[in-house]
Amino acid sequence: MNTAMTAAEQVWSWLSEVSDPEIPVISLVDLGIVRDVQMQAGGACVVTITPTYSGCPAMQVIADSITDALRVRGLSDVKLVNQLSPAWTTDWMSESGKAALQGYGIAPPAEKVIDISGLHSPISRRPQPRLAIACPICGSTHTEITSQFGSTPCKALYKCLDCREPFDYFKCH
Amino acid sequence: MDNKVNYLLRLGDNAMILSQRLSELCGKGPALEEDMALTNVALDLLGQTRMWYEYAGELEGRGRDEDKLAYHRDAHDFKNCLLLEQPNGNYADTMMRQFFFDTWHYFLIRGLLSSSDARIAAIAEKSLKEVTYHLRRSGDLIVRLGDGTEVSHARTQAAADELWMYSGEVFVYDAVDNAMVEQGVAPAAAELREQWLAHVASIFAEATLTMPSPDAWMQSGGKQGRHSEHLGYLLAEMQFLQRAYPDAQW
Repeated sequence: MNTAMTAAEQVWSWLSEVSDPEIPVISLVDLGIVRDVQMQAGGACVVTITPTYSGCPAMQVIADSITDALRVRGLSDVKLVNQLSPAWTTDWMSESGKAALQGYGIAPPAEKVIDISGLHSPISRRPQPRLAIACPICGSTHTEITSQFGSTPCKALYKCLDCREPFDYFKCH
Repeated sequence: MDNKVNYLLRLGDNAMILSQRLSELCGKGPALEEDMALTNVALDLLGQTRMWYEYAGELEGRGRDEDKLAYHRDAHDFKNCLLLEQPNGNYADTMMRQFFFDTWHYFLIRGLLSSSDARIAAIAEKSLKEVTYHLRRSGDLIVRLGDGTEVSHARTQAAADELWMYSGEVFVYDAVDNAMVEQGVAPAAAELREQWLAHVASIFAEATLTMPSPDAWMQSGGKQGRHSEHLGYLLAEMQFLQRAYPDAQW
């Protein structure tokens, strides 16, 4: 029992060294993609992962990276389970992961999971609670959205009205 | 064909065909930000398509995976609503088609969260946050285009008038849809239509657009495989590679 626990913990620790293919400063564990690790009696290791966005093209690379990382450490029998529910949320991102994003120039999610009852966008003229999204370069919260989507589905485009730099914002999801 | 397989293919085909239409605008969007947004929405829809097709293929049990379902079927086997295959037109047409779809999609997916089928509920849960984001974006653009310049207002009103007759098909339930409602798999049409009309009316009011009559005559047939001439051209492009080089792999 104890050895099984240790083996699973060891796998978690190995996986915390596997980077996201799109944002290499954050690990798959910090991003909240790895949901569970189970060591089975026959020696198989079952890793449960969950997609960030349903169309995220990085998911295949992520699955391959996990299998490869465990294979080079001697685990040849790795099974990946893709779990849809509960759906991935940026709430699962670790604090150290958020700090790493910030250091990389991507503003981390500023609040909790997207409110699915909200039918209106932040650009709408209706009064909206304004999110204080800090510029990852100068720290000012005097920023404004330019586009709801950035270079990947998980990001939006912002610009800083103080230092004038455009930046990516990791959307709340 | 089994009712649930049929229903899953309808869900997948709606997302697939709209995703393909939006992808046609890749590199041609009216502004860089819009280009990226359109293709990101297309990507979300493509991801959702894969989840619906994968489940449909498993339930059907004839060995058809997501690629076979996307590339090895002809127009009459596609079950998407006619709205989704309409051409991109000008940007008001593109966004009006998107807004009509997103509004229905949002309320549908919310309804599917409590589906009696756990896998459908899980796919809905996975999709809902994406769909919410899409609806916020398209509603916002309808307001900005409708209440923009004289030209943008006129084009947006024309798009609404032109596409309106395609907006009602999603609420016309046939035996397949009704079987899904009876089994607790899918939400009933009446409530969805009420929610759809209320949201469209509120956005149209803000956009200074005139909403066409909810009782207007509506086109239908897409769900049953009776399509407009547009779908064949769309598939000719989408399926070209697999038609020319069957089962080619990356």
